[in-house]
Amino acid sequence: MLDGAETYITEDGRTIGGTVMEMRNITLRFGGVTAISDISFDIREGEIRAIIGPNGAGKSSMLNIISGFYTPQEGEVWYRGSKRPQMKPYEIARQGVARTFQNIALFEGMTVLDNVMTGRLTHMHASILSQAIWRGKAEREEIENREKVEEIIDFLEIQSIRKTPVGRLPYGLKKRVELARALAAEPSLLLLDEPMAGMNVEEKEDMSRFILDVNDEFGTTIALIEHDMGVVMDLSDRVVVMDYGRKIGDGTPDEVRSNQDVIDAYLGVSHD
Amino acid sequence: MEFLSKVFIDPFVDMVAAPDFLMQVVWEGLVSGVLYALIALGFVLIFRSSRIFNFAQGIMVVFAALTLVGLHEVGVPAWISFALTLGVMFLLAVGIERVVLRPLVGQPDIILFMATIGITLFLIGGGELIFGGENKRMITEELGIPTGSVVLEPFGGLLILEQKDITAVIGAVALVVALLAFLNYTRMGRAVRALGDDHQAALSVGISLQTIWVLVWFIAGIIALVTGIAWGSRAGVSFALEIIALKALPVLMLGGLESITGAIIGGLAIGVLEKLFEIYWGQPLLGGNTEAWFAYVLALVVLLFRPQGLFGEKIIERV
Ligand SMILES: Nc1ncnc2c1ncn2[C@@H]1O[C@H](COP(=O)(O)OP(=O)(O)O)[C@@H](O)[C@H]1O
Ligand SMILES: [Mg+2]
Repeated sequence: MLDGAETYITEDGRTIGGTVMEMRNITLRFGGVTAISDISFDIREGEIRAIIGPNGAGKSSMLNIISGFYTPQEGEVWYRGSKRPQMKPYEIARQGVARTFQNIALFEGMTVLDNVMTGRLTHMHASILSQAIWRGKAEREEIENREKVEEIIDFLEIQSIRKTPVGRLPYGLKKRVELARALAAEPSLLLLDEPMAGMNVEEKEDMSRFILDVNDEFGTTIALIEHDMGVVMDLSDRVVVMDYGRKIGDGTPDEVRSNQDVIDAYLGVSHD
Repeated sequence: MEFLSKVFIDPFVDMVAAPDFLMQVVWEGLVSGVLYALIALGFVLIFRSSRIFNFAQGIMVVFAALTLVGLHEVGVPAWISFALTLGVMFLLAVGIERVVLRPLVGQPDIILFMATIGITLFLIGGGELIFGGENKRMITEELGIPTGSVVLEPFGGLLILEQKDITAVIGAVALVVALLAFLNYTRMGRAVRALGDDHQAALSVGISLQTIWVLVWFIAGIIALVTGIAWGSRAGVSFALEIIALKALPVLMLGGLESITGAIIGGLAIGVLEKLFEIYWGQPLLGGNTEAWFAYVLALVVLLFRPQGLFGEKIIERV
């Protein structure tokens, strides 16, 4: 059951549902450094939720908490209406939360196709034994997985590099392959850590289009981190603004843009 | 002149003059080589999935063989001892993951390597305490392994194949084939291959580190048991068995730490070459017993020319 918030329809006709994920009073410390202090926010079904803020604000740490890589000292994570117990990253992945990393984490030695295929691991069920006994079932599963992977490869327009070892790809394409792997899991919540960082203008436009299309066509809920305010304003339905581990703004892009704290934070740091 | 001839001509003349004997030597080398390859494979799997250089692989061979023989000594039927030993190797894998790997995750590689030395000492101590230190006989016949020999007559000569060696080769090849099928065609196998590449990425696609670690250490345990039986049948079961597992080191230097193909080809190559060298060069020219060091020298020479090993990824310095 989804709780609270009412369903509404966006200007461009997408349906935003109830709360999927809710962070309550999250505090995260590394030794003496408080990376996140007492932050609460929610993510609603079907929306694109952005987290923005200057470098070191604690954005990646927040994403790492959602995906289980970090465990906060204080606070609770609520998922689909119930409090989430402490879970390991792989367990959260199996719950349908897929992610990409700020510093790209791909299987460098494997081809693009094989990398994307690993995104299907959570959808593979046939064990060694059943593979030996019911060959048919295992083969059907394999075919289904391959079809899904090809579909995503087409969707992200990376057919031409299917067989290329990932290690040889330029940065921008690696980011796209990482997105492909996350999408292959058919996630219900997709977390993207700076999907456009380090890209040129054209690559950024492509990536923005893909993110919008994923959300629109598959109805995937997306939480994304972006350093650059401009890009985020076009993409997202709602924005959380962080600065020095605190939440200084939360709302629609227009609301956030006119928030004085946010303006100060962004003027206070030099960003190009 | 005479010396040069002894090194460069005579051995090859001997080979051609008695091709049946040459085949015998190659066969003996292959039997060892298959076992080296198997052990190296155990190393490679553990290294690829956890970046740990498993120093304990050798002692695991001894420990598995001692457990098997020890259980039989106290009256357990041979095949049940075999099954129980598999169980013990599984528990060992679970124990190592819980007690050693899990608390040390994220530590520098050298710490994990040291931890496997710790495991080695623990298994030596535990093994001696439970089973005693003296040499034991492998329960070859009891396990139903035939001990006769097959006599062939190639080129009108004589080639004698021990049935237990044939069984060892068949068993080892079957295990390798099963492993390759597992790695390439199953979900878990793919996960093992993926995990070696990038831990974070592996976690993000739903792979459990712990499960994979238990799995690869259990596989290493199965390999240890099979090797222990094969080698124990030839040489008896004692702590000296550890020496053959150390032969996996030059195999890995040749084949690279991460290459499955490298482990297999490296193992076979070292098995055959060290035997050929011993028979045709070592015994006539160097007084024999060259098998103790030949593999290491060979590996070092290869490393001079290809530091990444024969099959390793080319290491490119980033500048
Ligand atoms: N694994 C970690 N160990 C220690 N400190 C960390 C770790 N991860 C993040 N931090 C610290 O937490 C703060 C927030 O970092 P981060 O979440 O990466 O910020 P952002 O993604 O907004 O740039 C920084 O001060 C960073 O140094
Ligand atoms: Mg970051």
